[in-house]
Amino acid sequence: MIVTTTKGDMDDSLLEKKEGSIDNDIEYTTWTEYWLDGELVHRSAHVTLKTSPFSDLVAATFG
Amino acid sequence: MANTQSMCTSFMGQLLTATHNFGTAPTRGTSAADTFKAALYTTTASPAINAATTAYSATGEVSGTGYTAGGVTVTNATAPTSTNSSSTAGVAYWTPSANLVYTTVTLTTAFDTVLIYNSSQSNAAVSVHTFGSQTITAGTFTLTMPSNTTSTALLRLSTT
Repeated sequence: MIVTTTKGDMDDSLLEKKEGSIDNDIEYTTWTEYWLDGELVHRSAHVTLKTSPFSDLVAATFG
Repeated sequence: MANTQSMCTSFMGQLLTATHNFGTAPTRGTSAADTFKAALYTTTASPAINAATTAYSATGEVSGTGYTAGGVTVTNATAPTSTNSSSTAGVAYWTPSANLVYTTVTLTTAFDTVLIYNSSQSNAAVSVHTFGSQTITAGTFTLTMPSNTTSTALLRLSTT
């Protein structure tokens, strides 16, 4: 697979791949990194938000 | 059934479509849809991006290869929805109809915030969403939109 890197497009067989994720109440996030000779040359991230702003509207009471 | 006090759910939905204008000198009149955009902000943005943010500003915004100031355009193919859950409660909600994708960017300064704003209305701020700190290197940053439901939509106005 060809990967876009800071060195140009490279075949992933030439790179070290690292992956990780975060899963908490706020988000589920995954990321993929490719390293070349100890240098980070590609990092992508994918965030899925679990919470969002919520506004509660109130109609005032008379009296 | 007795009358009950409540904000009308239809009104909440109409707030999202600008049917009402409580200003004393309304100036807005258009049949064209607004364009909304999504800009990313660094973890150290100053002033901070929060409920007090009134409009998009380049101050504190990320910068880097492949990223255009102002961010990406939000795909808006689905109009807001309002749904009653009872005689006194309801929800109006809206979610972009596509994920927010920043393709082939390099953003080396950590960022953790996206600001949704209305670029057709003086860049007026709509909402702020935060997530864990990220950097991107010659890669793609994707924010997946939640399901467009009463409990998960990106924007929700509610009476309870």
